[in-house]
Amino acid sequence: MTTKSLYNPKAMSTPGISARFSGPLKALGAVFKRLSSDVSSCFGLVVIAILVLSAIFAPWIATHDPNLVNLPNALRAPDAVNWFGTDELGRDIFSRIVHGTRITLSIITIVSIVVGPVGLLVGTTAGYFGGWCDTVMMRITDIFLSFPGLILSLAFVAALGAGLENAIIAIALTSWPPIARLARAETLTFRSADYISAARMQGASSIRIIVKSIMPMCLPSVLVRITLSMATVILTAAGLGFLGLGAQPPLPEWGAMIATGRRYMLDSWWLVAFPGMAILLVSLAFNLLGDGLRDALDPKQR
Amino acid sequence: MSDVTVKGLTIDLGTGSAQKKILNDVSFAVASGESFGLVGESGSGKSTILRCIARLLTFWSGEVTIAGQPIAKIPGADYCRVVQMVFQDPYGSLHPRQSIKTALHEPLRIHRLDHQQECMEKALLDVGLNGSFLTRYPHELSGGQRQRVAIARALILEPSVLLLDEPTSALDVSVQAEVLNLLNEIRRARKLTYLFVSHDLAVIDYMCERLAVMQSGSIVEIMNRSELCEGRAKHPYARELINASIEYDRVA
Repeated sequence: MTTKSLYNPKAMSTPGISARFSGPLKALGAVFKRLSSDVSSCFGLVVIAILVLSAIFAPWIATHDPNLVNLPNALRAPDAVNWFGTDELGRDIFSRIVHGTRITLSIITIVSIVVGPVGLLVGTTAGYFGGWCDTVMMRITDIFLSFPGLILSLAFVAALGAGLENAIIAIALTSWPPIARLARAETLTFRSADYISAARMQGASSIRIIVKSIMPMCLPSVLVRITLSMATVILTAAGLGFLGLGAQPPLPEWGAMIATGRRYMLDSWWLVAFPGMAILLVSLAFNLLGDGLRDALDPKQR
Repeated sequence: MSDVTVKGLTIDLGTGSAQKKILNDVSFAVASGESFGLVGESGSGKSTILRCIARLLTFWSGEVTIAGQPIAKIPGADYCRVVQMVFQDPYGSLHPRQSIKTALHEPLRIHRLDHQQECMEKALLDVGLNGSFLTRYPHELSGGQRQRVAIARALILEPSVLLLDEPTSALDVSVQAEVLNLLNEIRRARKLTYLFVSHDLAVIDYMCERLAVMQSGSIVEIMNRSELCEGRAKHPYARELINASIEYDRVA
């Protein structure tokens, strides 16, 4: 653009540029396009899509009732009828894994719904206000961070009682601190930016600045972090299930399935192998998707 | 009436032997409708004075009044409609994830003003842009266009005092001239009071009726434009600065 045209308002209206980037939907489309162009994040996307679809259509996909006990049929090796074999009570393992996606997915969804906003709020407020507010909030975060996640969840589950709901609460309680840390670090880099000063000069309240100016800047990295921590969440949930503190029988939770199958593992490998593979695949998928998202969302890479 | 007076503005950092005076007893007065320049080398505290007046910094002592009222006593919501600021870096002063529409809409929403759409379009027209810019994002604009948007945002609340923190130093020379002309036109049309910070004496000479020369946190001399042009500066540092500037122009 020549300098002369800067004076001419008509020459500056080039709608072509604005049409390209006209809203969050298009931006989402661009992110999606970037994700699907990369092989490993594409794999992650496909696995997660399968996970979601099988959770939605579980009753139609499953070949058997996941809780139907059929003792004469116990511990059958994989064959044409029972694709992944049957467990010690004769229940179809394939159907149980398919129904287990619902549990896994609900754990992931609830944890990320709780953890994202909490971590974001704690981190951005601490970072924006600084001073004693920062100190208090970050020391609390440090205390949570200094416990190993699984041990802290164990303690919470022990205090609250075993069960899927309590396991979800325990996992949520242990996975917000890294996100708060991240959001605070990001906020510290933005808080003295001129656009924050400009917002303050326009009379915006602190809450308005945090929600409207700071949170959108932290969101991409927080989103990536949540996706990457999903793998840990799945593993922690499976671990709690394995220890008998998460989902209770007869719920087809993958970790609990491995725990009960452990006793028959030497003779009937399929009891442990298939739920284990499901856990592996889904955690791997979330890790790969997180990596892909980081590349797609990182503003420094554009 | 929007005259600005600054009396004994001082900022001390640290204590004891490590104490450092960032601003040392700065006093000046700007009449309503006047354009007042602050010059000095980097680190001399010019921008800090603006940030104090903008109430972005709070740890200063002294007295700043606008139209006779101490600025600390003016409620926040009213203050935004009296004083606004244009920042140095047009790349850092617009939120990278907010469209121009959001940037201009926010102040209107905060202050619950009417006719918001017309207001935004008029604000853009006033700075030589048009309504089609509303849907764009800062990264789609050139530096000069961004600075125009920043000026539009500062003017949308119709302040009477505009603080300009080197508004053109990040722009290249031809665009710089356009933005300076725009600022002059706006001042004439709206009878604004300008506080203009720059390290460029030529820009100050073009924009301001009076100026203060600053050195390490203090004002060493206040003079008017004719004194600057005729080289009648009294203080040795001011003379040195002016000579250096003339020397530089000759070389360049």
